[in-house]
Amino acid sequence: MRFVDEFRNAELASAVSASITALCEPGRHYKIMEVCGGHTHTIYRYGVQDHLPDTIELVHGPGCPVCVIPMGRVDDGIAIAERDDVIFTCFGDMMRVPGGNGSLLEAKARGADVRMVYSPLDALRIARENPDRQTVFYAIGFETTAPSTALTLMRAKADGISNFSVFCNHVTIIPAIKAILDSPDLRLDAFIGPGHVSTVIGCRPYDFIPRLHGKPLVCAGFEPLDLLQSVYMIMKQLAEGRTEVENQYGRVVQWDGNPRALQVMADVFALRPYFEWRGLGSISHSALMLSPRYADFDAELRFSTPGVRVADPKACQCGEVLKGVLKPWECKVFGTACTPETPIGTCMVSSEGACAAYYNYGQYAKQRIHLEV
Amino acid sequence: MPKQLTEDEVGGRIEAMRRRRPRFVDERITMAHGAGGKASRQLVEGLIVPLLDNPALAALGDAALLGVNGTQLAFTTDAFVVRPIRFPGGSIGELAVNGTVNDLAVSGARPLALSAGLILEEGLAADVLRAEVEAMAAAARRADVPVTTGDTKVVERGKCDSMYIVTTGVGTVAPGIALAPTRVRPGDKILVSGTIGDHGVAIMLARGELDIEADVRSDTQPLWSLAAALIEACGDHLHCMRDATRGGVATVLNEIALAAEVGVVIAEERVPMRPEVIGAGEILGIDPLYVANEGKLVAFVAPERADAALEALRGDPAGVDAAIVGEVREEPPGRVLGRTTFGGHRMIDVLVGDPLPRIC
Repeated sequence: MRFVDEFRNAELASAVSASITALCEPGRHYKIMEVCGGHTHTIYRYGVQDHLPDTIELVHGPGCPVCVIPMGRVDDGIAIAERDDVIFTCFGDMMRVPGGNGSLLEAKARGADVRMVYSPLDALRIARENPDRQTVFYAIGFETTAPSTALTLMRAKADGISNFSVFCNHVTIIPAIKAILDSPDLRLDAFIGPGHVSTVIGCRPYDFIPRLHGKPLVCAGFEPLDLLQSVYMIMKQLAEGRTEVENQYGRVVQWDGNPRALQVMADVFALRPYFEWRGLGSISHSALMLSPRYADFDAELRFSTPGVRVADPKACQCGEVLKGVLKPWECKVFGTACTPETPIGTCMVSSEGACAAYYNYGQYAKQRIHLEV
Repeated sequence: MPKQLTEDEVGGRIEAMRRRRPRFVDERITMAHGAGGKASRQLVEGLIVPLLDNPALAALGDAALLGVNGTQLAFTTDAFVVRPIRFPGGSIGELAVNGTVNDLAVSGARPLALSAGLILEEGLAADVLRAEVEAMAAAARRADVPVTTGDTKVVERGKCDSMYIVTTGVGTVAPGIALAPTRVRPGDKILVSGTIGDHGVAIMLARGELDIEADVRSDTQPLWSLAAALIEACGDHLHCMRDATRGGVATVLNEIALAAEVGVVIAEERVPMRPEVIGAGEILGIDPLYVANEGKLVAFVAPERADAALEALRGDPAGVDAAIVGEVREEPPGRVLGRTTFGGHRMIDVLVGDPLPRIC
């Protein structure tokens, strides 16, 4: 397929791979965190690690939107979904995320009207088609998905669709990166920046990472060659003693982001004073709520929810895994109490979580397997 | 405080967990139990098979094999609940006949007779029903197998989605044919009979919820002529065949890898796929390897007959796009690996439930 296959070319990959190896300092081990779950997916889907020397380790970060939703917020969503008058809509991969009392998929099996949508606009269409029922959209995601929620709310307001509301769980990426950087036992050399988030927020918000923490960040696209090139750019910075924000994903990401998207977000959302992240704990100013002008569409105000904070299980060491301090297999419950079928911690929830990825692929990802068939 | 294990010990524990007989611990049935992945396996092998315990069922083949007076009978059943009931390339009636014919075919059995149970929703238009019975009749003629018995039930409006069909089939396996996952061995070549993912993608698009238009048609077709051609070309060198329906080719490969305790390796670029299916998969975030087919088989053939097998498949109109996609290895047992087009490798595991689109 044109404009896709070019970014998955094995010959080009080998050439970039050789350049990366040439930049490695002998005896040095590099840890690079890809912040975004989409990158984690690409790494495992295409075998990107096969093109990297053993001394470069990719650490999977917190940018998996479903993984960071705390259990209490899942329970709140289920409480709304189980009302007889509600059609509850959400993205597909949210359906299986367990709360304190099961997942939305299980709530659906108990009789709740839970429907998967590809876009919040689909949820709005369902609201129009069902005027005698309440349609609720369970909004999740970083700045990538927040603008589409904002535009949907603007349309709902303009068209006066009163049976539509949003349960807002949008989070912002910068406070999460800060939380990781502020950890005393941080062992990362550099970051691969989230491409889709950067499409919206641009590259400027990452300035503090090289400036205050002395670590490079390269915004990267989602094809395997994008990732390989951004590792090359990071290695080049490290070899030359530079620490900067660079943009590998120039075909999509503008340095200043998307001002129009930022404007609609500013119109529709307000920052929450704090928000609980699964695995990382409470982080101040790290999430969005509906602004007072859109309070009429706020499902948290329209419906009563338990609002109970469900603490992460004590044994779970997701925080350490997310910071790259522990490898997934070093966690005490990994692979025994905590598995992809019965996850305890955030990292095991979605296939993009660091632990689930390792559980499913890990032992074979590091092997050099000869696959001439 | 448990002792800290080494990475290899943790890995060994995960492999042991994968091989354990699945347990069914869920409180209710969810849609995931119907998707053909890990949750389906837990339901079937953790609840149903232990209670109905018998050797023919325990083999968990596409059809049960029963010896009757020296004749080997293959016996199978399948339920069809597709929505919408008509879609580009086929309809529920055609699917119901082909699905059961194919479960027999990949067991090496010539279809002898089918039964059909129709569950109809109150209010269903007679013309719609007539069209589906006609579709069943046409499919039965094409597969050269009669529908010899059946049943009809009507349920109240809203209790089923227009109509459901259950078909059962019986066939005969020629002497000397013994197909089973346990016969698959290292060195075997893996063949796929044509482009994959067509049926599942056609259904997703036909539901009209995605605003994507593409000319993708279901591949529903009978596979007996293909299966017979393979048996003819390979004889005893044909070790196993599977019908890659729910869960797609990836799930079939995993079932074989686990049952035969072998490693399975495929080269992604050799797996036949239509550009429209690749494109829809890219947009929807769905991997065609996990998407259902209704007229494609996967065959495991000893290496010395692999080329003959490929020729036999390509010589049949239902198999013109057939390809050798990979081979069986000793290592890693129970696992499926793919060489990616990017020149790396990936694990191809069984999904828990339906392939869910990723959000970003």
